[in-house]
Amino acid sequence: MPFIPHTEKDTREMLDAIGAESIEALFDEIPDELKIDSLKAVPEAVTEMEISRLMRQRAKMDGSPLCFIGAGAYEHHIPTAVWDIATRGEFYSAYTPYQAEASQGTLQTIYEYQTMITELTGLDVSNASLYDGASALAEASLMAVRSNRRVKTGRILLAPGVNPVYEQVASAIAGAQGLSFERLPMDAATGNVDFDALPDGREPVAVVLQQPSFAGTLDDVDRLTDWAHAQGALLIGVVNPTSLALLRPPGQWGENGADIACGEGQPLGVPMSSGGPYFGFMTCKQNHVRQMPGRIVGRTTDLDGNPGFALTLQAREQHIRRSKATSNICTNQGLMVTAATIYMSLLGYYGLRQVALAAHANTTALVDGLCDIDGVERLFGGPYFHEVALQFDRPVAPLLDALAERDILGGYDLSGFAGKPAILVCATETKTAADIEACIAAFRNLMTSDALKSA
Amino acid sequence: MSELPGDLLYTRDHEWLRREDDGSVTIGITDHAQGALGDLVYVELPEVGQQVDEAGEMAVVESVKAASDVYAPISGEILQVNEDLADDPEKINTAPYDDGWIVRMQPSDGVDEGALLAPDDYQEFIDGLDD
Repeated sequence: MPFIPHTEKDTREMLDAIGAESIEALFDEIPDELKIDSLKAVPEAVTEMEISRLMRQRAKMDGSPLCFIGAGAYEHHIPTAVWDIATRGEFYSAYTPYQAEASQGTLQTIYEYQTMITELTGLDVSNASLYDGASALAEASLMAVRSNRRVKTGRILLAPGVNPVYEQVASAIAGAQGLSFERLPMDAATGNVDFDALPDGREPVAVVLQQPSFAGTLDDVDRLTDWAHAQGALLIGVVNPTSLALLRPPGQWGENGADIACGEGQPLGVPMSSGGPYFGFMTCKQNHVRQMPGRIVGRTTDLDGNPGFALTLQAREQHIRRSKATSNICTNQGLMVTAATIYMSLLGYYGLRQVALAAHANTTALVDGLCDIDGVERLFGGPYFHEVALQFDRPVAPLLDALAERDILGGYDLSGFAGKPAILVCATETKTAADIEACIAAFRNLMTSDALKSA
Repeated sequence: MSELPGDLLYTRDHEWLRREDDGSVTIGITDHAQGALGDLVYVELPEVGQQVDEAGEMAVVESVKAASDVYAPISGEILQVNEDLADDPEKINTAPYDDGWIVRMQPSDGVDEGALLAPDDYQEFIDGLDD
């Protein structure tokens, strides 16, 4: 459906019809002191040629380093067909269309996406996506408060492995709406929940468990899920979609499964692109569906008996419920979801499993090699997926800088999170044996050179 | 022409209220309201024991085309909710004054008839809306 801008004549006719002098006159009721005449940090408009040149220069600054950083965004191979199809005119929009039912193809794509995400997470219903993984957790927290009405505390307990950035975002979005976020105690040996120190009587409305954890560990999902339910809380699982090809899905955690699952969809066919756009996904059990934010596409039958697709449960949405809508963020990432749907279709279950297995094997090779170096060892024991925290006997920032000069992004500086020098490394299926060897050799070389000796 | 039992009291928000013998009141939405909403698909009910204030939101009725709050016509405590509506919200469409009742309440300060509409007044009110 093409986008047709208003001509000056259109605008004039509309203004005349309602008796307004100008577009500015429509904003009369806003006091002058609240208006600004310029956005100082935003530069003047430039031509297409100028902006193309600027963006090429900026893109070049990224270079093409060997990337061993994960920490929330992951470099995966994206088959060429994914973006070739996603950028076709029929799909190339970030939006679900207005008069959605006139775009059956778009709705069917979203329906297929929802089906795949529910299968991956083992839950009943999926929405059409949210803005990103971090805001999906904020939405899941607000949803839990609406759904678990019996608990009035607004208190959300976070497992130690929840991404700290996700906590910041959730707190920024939901903090002013009466929600508070508290951390559960961590077992220093495993990096996971310390089950001996779990607080009783905190009356949490929800417990959030990230699997794999931010530091790459795997928590006892069954035990924490059952504990959350025994406390009268809902369990929100934050999961990496690639990992679900190997790990048990949230819907099967504990006796009764997670109530809500959400996370970052970027690993499914979306390039890292210096941080976005990505997309958030969210699924839940059937009994929470009326509190789920975002759009939902359903399959139906038309008057002639033909199958068709329609937006459903729209009474939750802001164009109907206004201030009482389940969300007023309302952004979904239609184009990213289209790419993810094509990615998942092309790979299928076995393809995604191969990606996950290769990433696990590559990370194991990298970690084994790095831990052979004096002064490097694993921060936490236990199993992992494709990301591992390593502790170092010296400050890691100079090490990472020196690696970057050699065109190697050697990992995410985890020192702040760990409270000691540490790096989080990840080697996905995109890394060859030679890449991994090169990374290990560079680490070894720098750590035995005089300049970066331990203090 | 919508049905309008003579023994009930009404509000401008299209709720009805029936005074029971034991001093409690039963509350629902009017035939006019269910007709305007269309086929109901979901009712969000309050919790038993909950205190509600007059004009406060008490429940939500959702149809295929709209969702609407149901306001408490009086202040009081929720004694009972119509659990059948969870599976059969369309009872509000088929029998708004009978099987489609929503809650039963214990009024905290009695029922102020002056603040509510008699059947004729409510009829006049909805006739005015149609103009």
